[in-house]
Amino acid sequence: MTQSESTTTTTADPGDPSEAVVCTGLEYSFGQTKAVDGLDLTVRTGEVFGLLGPNGAGKTTAIRSITTLLPVPSGMVRVFGHDPAKRQMQVRRMLGYVPQQLSADGGLTGRENVSLFARVFDVPRRERAARVAQAIAAVDLTDAADRLAKTYSGGMVRRLELAQALVSAPRLLVLDEPTIGLDPIARTSVWECIDEVRAATGMTVLVTTHYMDEADQYCDRVALMHRGRIRALGTPEQLRTEVGEQLELAEPPTLDDVFRHFAGSGLANATENEGEFKDVSRTRRTASRVG
Amino acid sequence: MSVVPVAPPPESADPAATPAAAPAAAPRRDLGLLLVPPQARSGWRVVLARITAMCVVELQKLRHDRTELYTRAVQPALWLLIFGETFTRIKAIPTNGIPYLDYLAPGIIAQSAMFIAIFYGIMIIWERDSGVLTKLLVTPTPRAALVTGKAFAAGVKAVIQALVVVVIAALLGVALTWNPLKLLGVAVVVLLGSAFFSCLSMSIAGIVLTRDRLMGIGQAITMPLFFGSNALYPVSLMPGWLQAVSKANPLSYEVDALRGLLIGTHAHLVSDFGVLALAAALGVACASALLGRLAR
Repeated sequence: MTQSESTTTTTADPGDPSEAVVCTGLEYSFGQTKAVDGLDLTVRTGEVFGLLGPNGAGKTTAIRSITTLLPVPSGMVRVFGHDPAKRQMQVRRMLGYVPQQLSADGGLTGRENVSLFARVFDVPRRERAARVAQAIAAVDLTDAADRLAKTYSGGMVRRLELAQALVSAPRLLVLDEPTIGLDPIARTSVWECIDEVRAATGMTVLVTTHYMDEADQYCDRVALMHRGRIRALGTPEQLRTEVGEQLELAEPPTLDDVFRHFAGSGLANATENEGEFKDVSRTRRTASRVG
Repeated sequence: MSVVPVAPPPESADPAATPAAAPAAAPRRDLGLLLVPPQARSGWRVVLARITAMCVVELQKLRHDRTELYTRAVQPALWLLIFGETFTRIKAIPTNGIPYLDYLAPGIIAQSAMFIAIFYGIMIIWERDSGVLTKLLVTPTPRAALVTGKAFAAGVKAVIQALVVVVIAALLGVALTWNPLKLLGVAVVVLLGSAFFSCLSMSIAGIVLTRDRLMGIGQAITMPLFFGSNALYPVSLMPGWLQAVSKANPLSYEVDALRGLLIGTHAHLVSDFGVLALAAALGVACASALLGRLAR
């Protein structure tokens, strides 16, 4: 984890080095709909943090606020001490972002896809080829690197996107529903890639997902988000025990039960949200692209 | 569309995905370079690097699939072959003694380049929908640099297309210049013109946000831009109000410059280049201001 010293710029307030992302009272509305409504959240450096919640809970909006995609007022978000509202470029340089959609360019080969991101992150020419090759090797795509990405399966595209995000050595990897629409084997392979790379580089990972089993298995801490706010926060273990005791269950509940406990009552109303339909249609689009 | 993993899914054919292959990979690969963030470029170098990156992508795509290059050559070829040959016989359009086909060729080069550029915004919307644009917007690339890169990429594509039309025109016997300096000038003119029209298209994309609407608007403005220019006939033949339109139409300046460079008619090269460069700069400014709307 020595990288944290080497990348802090001297000009910026470094903040607390143990905090990768801090959201304080984050709010964002689309017209009348408050997608995120007073979100307080701290992601610790080096952890895999899972943001869970039903469709329309505001997960993607929160992610888009953190990744500088949405114009959020200053003071609400800090990424390694930088405010995205003021230091957009510095924040972007520290980010690796994989959006919900399968976003590799099918008209390019895997290697060309990664190479593009090496270029836009200013990787000098002399080390570009080597760096791109390492990123591709890190996600086990070396054999397929020179094939067009449109011939890739869904799981391979996701891993290619991970390589695109990794090529710039980000300190924070942001993944929005990385396993959506993938079959179980591909899901496992994507998570194994994330896990290995995290172990090797010590980067912080912020991930959203609907799949409770994945969150349980791969996240250090999770937050349950519902209607724009955090409803529960802790290690998967903690949340399970807590809810088990609260409900006086004979057997320890699964994270699914915990999820239902906190979000279940409101699920029916979630359809009122404008974000809901957008989410679903995007999810469908992704699923149909995966086939 | 739903993934039904009854039969082994395609992923299982991929060795990395199978759990059995995992232990074999025990000695982990060298990830040394992935620990060090690259040194940031600054100022104009960022813009230059992004322009290069976008142009490289455009050329790589063109190398993998050249279909578009051929299909897009059909329309200009027909304009020259049918419209051009017919009007050369009719001699209805006064062209100062130049064969009409020669007069028409630069106009068709400009037109075919514009047709490509004016629909470039559709690609931007597609990239937004597919997440490609979203990902680029989270890289250390200022909006203006991204738009400039895209505009130049559209220009590079148009220059290659123009080359095809030049060859077709030459085959039809148009007396074109082969002076390399003048041909370089032709490339610059086509590049600037396409940069402007692609920025116009990206600006409209930023306003209307959907492909269908952009298609409609694109189709509605291409014909007025084409017929309201000097591409097919001299401006002096037009009624007064259309002459005013032509004066404000960057395509007219593009055609004027191309005609001067390629077949040696009297052209106003300095003002042509000036107007095109200014239009491209304004286009970049406008499109980058509107690009953020596509990210939301």
